[in-house]
Amino acid sequence: MKNPLESLQNTILLGIAITIVMALVVKYTF
Amino acid sequence: MGFLTDPYAVFLVRWFHVLSGIMWIGLLWYFNFVQIPNMAKIPDEQKPAIGKVIAPAALFWFRWAAAFTILWGLIQAWQLGYIGDALALGLTSKNAAHMSIGFGMWFGLIMAFNVWFVIWPNQQKALGLVEVPAEAKPAAARTAMLFSRTNTMLSVPMSYSMVAVHIT
Repeated sequence: MKNPLESLQNTILLGIAITIVMALVVKYTF
Repeated sequence: MGFLTDPYAVFLVRWFHVLSGIMWIGLLWYFNFVQIPNMAKIPDEQKPAIGKVIAPAALFWFRWAAAFTILWGLIQAWQLGYIGDALALGLTSKNAAHMSIGFGMWFGLIMAFNVWFVIWPNQQKALGLVEVPAEAKPAAARTAMLFSRTNTMLSVPMSYSMVAVHIT
């Protein structure tokens, strides 16, 4: 399977996905 | 030592941190949005202009900007008294702001580690700045590219965390 980081578009989409997960973790942890 | 945590000193360190960060992430995005996608369009006889001149100069400012961004950022977190709690992702202080900035700090630290200990050594091999067998160069270039992409990916949540919380 092709590494998703070979595509710049997929790189940015993964970055946005990590951001959303991180923001939810911060919002709901405490 | 009180002057080090004076509000103006805190502001100055934040400004230096932002200036270094612009240099670092600006060059990271130059590599990923401009240089790498366009290398294939450059005729072979012109490629040394990038490989031998532009890329080494860009990499110089890139790796030192990374180091200074981390330095100023850690000083800032110390000045504001949350360096330990933020690095512990707020789990010690039960503080969401510490967790948020802590995520950003860890992403930044991972990115700077990648710059100095993965991207730079592999770029030195790929660009011929250190002597390696010719067959080792494509693998080194690919490793550098993938870790550069990893940093581009991490720059999205990192910058979000850095500007999401303003603790004074």
